[in-house]
Amino acid sequence: MTATVGVVQFPGTNCEHDVVEAVGAVGGSATLLWHGDGSIGDVDAVVVPGGFAHGDYLRPGAIARFSPIMAAVADFAERGGPVVGICNGFQVLTEAGLLPGALQKNAGLKFICDESQLRVASNDSVLTGGTEVGDLLSVPINHFEGNFTCDAETEQRLVDNDQIVLTYVNNPNGSVADIAGICNEGRNVVGLMPHPERAVSALLGSEDGLVLLGSMIDAAAGARV
Amino acid sequence: MSEPIHRALGLTDEEAESIASLLDREPNHLELAMYSVMWSEHCSYKSSRIHLKRLPTEAPWVLVGPGENAGVVDVGDGIAAAIRIESHNHPSAIEPYQGAATGVGGILRDIFTMGARPIAIMDPLRFGPLDDARSRWVAEGVVSGISGYGNSVGVPTVGGETVFDKTYQGNPLVNVLCLGTLPTDRLVLGVASGVGNLAVLLGSRTGREGIGGVSVLASAGFSDDETDSAKRPSVQVGDPYEEKRLIEACLTLLDEKLVVGIQDLGGAGLTCAASETASRGGVGMDFDVSAVPRREEGMEPFEVMTSESQERMLAIVEPGDLDRVIELCERWEVLATVVGRVTEGGDLRIVDGFDGEELACVPASTLHEDAPLYDRPRAEPDDRAAALAASPSALPAPDDIGADLAAMLLDTHWVWSQYDHQLFLNTVSGPGGDATVLRLKHPTTGADTGRGLALSTDGNHRWCAVDPRAGTAATVAESILNLACVGARPLALVNCLNFGNPEHPEVMWQLSEAIDGMAEACEAFGLPVVGGNVSLYNESLGSNIDPTPIVGVLGLVDELKVVPPGLAWSEGDRLVLLGDPAASELAGSQWAFDKGHRTGSLAPVDYEAHRAVVDLVRKLVSGGLLSAVHDVSGGGLGACVAEMAIASSIGCTVARVAGHAELFSEAPSRVVAAVSADLLGPVEAAATAAGVPLTRIGLASGEKFAVKGLIEMPLGELVDASVNRLPEALGRGTTQG
Repeated sequence: MTATVGVVQFPGTNCEHDVVEAVGAVGGSATLLWHGDGSIGDVDAVVVPGGFAHGDYLRPGAIARFSPIMAAVADFAERGGPVVGICNGFQVLTEAGLLPGALQKNAGLKFICDESQLRVASNDSVLTGGTEVGDLLSVPINHFEGNFTCDAETEQRLVDNDQIVLTYVNNPNGSVADIAGICNEGRNVVGLMPHPERAVSALLGSEDGLVLLGSMIDAAAGARV
Repeated sequence: MSEPIHRALGLTDEEAESIASLLDREPNHLELAMYSVMWSEHCSYKSSRIHLKRLPTEAPWVLVGPGENAGVVDVGDGIAAAIRIESHNHPSAIEPYQGAATGVGGILRDIFTMGARPIAIMDPLRFGPLDDARSRWVAEGVVSGISGYGNSVGVPTVGGETVFDKTYQGNPLVNVLCLGTLPTDRLVLGVASGVGNLAVLLGSRTGREGIGGVSVLASAGFSDDETDSAKRPSVQVGDPYEEKRLIEACLTLLDEKLVVGIQDLGGAGLTCAASETASRGGVGMDFDVSAVPRREEGMEPFEVMTSESQERMLAIVEPGDLDRVIELCERWEVLATVVGRVTEGGDLRIVDGFDGEELACVPASTLHEDAPLYDRPRAEPDDRAAALAASPSALPAPDDIGADLAAMLLDTHWVWSQYDHQLFLNTVSGPGGDATVLRLKHPTTGADTGRGLALSTDGNHRWCAVDPRAGTAATVAESILNLACVGARPLALVNCLNFGNPEHPEVMWQLSEAIDGMAEACEAFGLPVVGGNVSLYNESLGSNIDPTPIVGVLGLVDELKVVPPGLAWSEGDRLVLLGDPAASELAGSQWAFDKGHRTGSLAPVDYEAHRAVVDLVRKLVSGGLLSAVHDVSGGGLGACVAEMAIASSIGCTVARVAGHAELFSEAPSRVVAAVSADLLGPVEAAATAAGVPLTRIGLASGEKFAVKGLIEMPLGELVDASVNRLPEALGRGTTQG
């Protein structure tokens, strides 16, 4: 049985169609969710994709968090539904309070679009369930504000609760503890800066995103059962 | 007596007289302002049109040739590709970030105006030398502007070129190419038709930015910093978020077949959009200037009509569809306002309310079709014969050939890693290689065709400074060879002709020669020119830039199953040179220019031999026989092999290179290929069958970079020279750890 993934579309989002295509590549089906709607309908997982929601005006995610759809996403997350925020989606989830910490400008003060090597730090999350801790994955990054930051207390809590799911092998942006992705305490909400949907075919340079998105589909199908 | 108003607007006395005779009366101020922008060099191509006619433009697969917003070619499977290139040189010289950003915005609108979704941007860039502080500031600002706008608007920047040279000090070149795809049956043109139809202005409010940008800024050179600063208000400011919503709204309108015609607002703003749509449709238009939403109070009608405020489109809509158009625009938070009505006759009337006062009335077609056409005086340089004879072969051999080579290398990762080059999941070969390869997917269904689109942009000011005709022909040849290196065959060419002041006879001669060279090469290769842009007045402090025609060539990969080989070879690969092994002409080479020698006679392109090399390389790449491949161009064989070694972090030993002339010659139609030992036989057999000389020149191995008898150095030294140059000059883009 397959799962249906709702992909949120804000004005300014630009990775939504890529996520739809990549979800198809791992055997899921996907449907777009409009930011102005108050319901996510009958979906088994939600992806908040990358892009520049509301132009990133004020700061990334700061306006998007007030969209009607986000209340429905928060409610779904509360009920244990799988929610994955990629890049700008990660920024939206931190602004919405679904994940701790914040994403600030890269330490080099430049936009970076490049290959990146990730290490799986925890496989206990809806995005990494199919991986082994220590697995190395090649997944590209594409961001200006990807430098994860949080206070020392939060960092300690992330470590203690095994909420750090992915780290950079070579930290490209100055993130605390080399963090590339984290999950919430319920392990059903994950945010990451790298783009797994861009690593779904050898023609595109990497297939390492398949295991991540595949894990999400499995978690979604499982959650529905 | 004060200066007559037409001169202040950039019109000559003769041009003002011909406006009066077209109208059979003296134009009023608003009319004069409209003619001044439409008859500017930038909009009317008045100095170049007479020459551009010589370019070949037709082929069975060409759906739309030059003269529309973009060229369109049929790429099969019900898909058409729209392509255009433009310059934003002058705005970028004044205000690098916004100049470059609005260049991206403008070219995107040209593409979605045709009904195409923009899928890729390429940026050929030219800056002054890295040791010049202002040039570094311009370079950093331009790259940030492209990154800031392109990434946010959600169109990947998949390639381009970056060159630093003294000739561009004070006048950088910021060219931008955009490629889009559309279902072939959705092709729309910027035509108004159907009397009673409505002209609906979509997008941003109109402000005072960029008033007269085309006439004041784009059609005059630079003098000194003080007057240039005064021109800064003529530069527009871009808003990629507005553009993103505008793209989505317009493509939705097109999907639902709600527009009769659509036109972007670029140079010359509303005047251009209204007059062009009306004139193309053989109709007139009543244009209500009072209805145009504004950013500020107190704007005069002439300001509204000539403003270059960004992110605006003019759609022609049937009255019955208006409600649905407005509804869809509201969904995307795009302002939609009825500003015009299509009328009978051919007059463009500017009115203050549809029933209000007539502020201007001119035959729409006269604004562009009757624009002046100049055959400006041309003169080849007096000393040309002597220059052609003064060969750089006479220069002494360098003491340290390795140092000369290292000085030529420039890794552009610093530039393109700031661009999102992966969005849409199409990028198979991205920036940094000979050409970009994109998966070809259907623009609305997303179905993968299993084929690819390839793009290369190329320009070489040194070749064109030595000989604009032969240099331009060689540029076209190089671009086609670049496509072959990724397994693509060429389909169509667009050009951006960056030249100096057309009032200088030598510049007009360069332009005319370059067009002839391009026409000759395109005819020889059966390659149609489907669009172009001419940027003149590229000069600063009285000095013209070297002629810099840039070409962008679109190609097709018929079967895209594996990633093309690229530059990186493997340990143990055999290195072979395809093409003339003895080429040694140094005229126009980077090495000769680095030594201050700017003359001589270029090695000519032998079209038949070039085609043989191109066909062979494409066949070898498609057949999967090469592990790496790179064409020999700027920096010659030496730079070619060094770039391959750097890309693979594996050294090489190269033999059979007689001296520095053979190492640095940029003679055309040559490629270096790396072949695994077991495939050498089949590759040699293919070359023999194709009649292409193949020379075994060495082995990829180890950590040394050696050219027997000429260079022996650790590869690391070349890597450092190449990779560190931009980060050291412009600041590191990333920090490690």
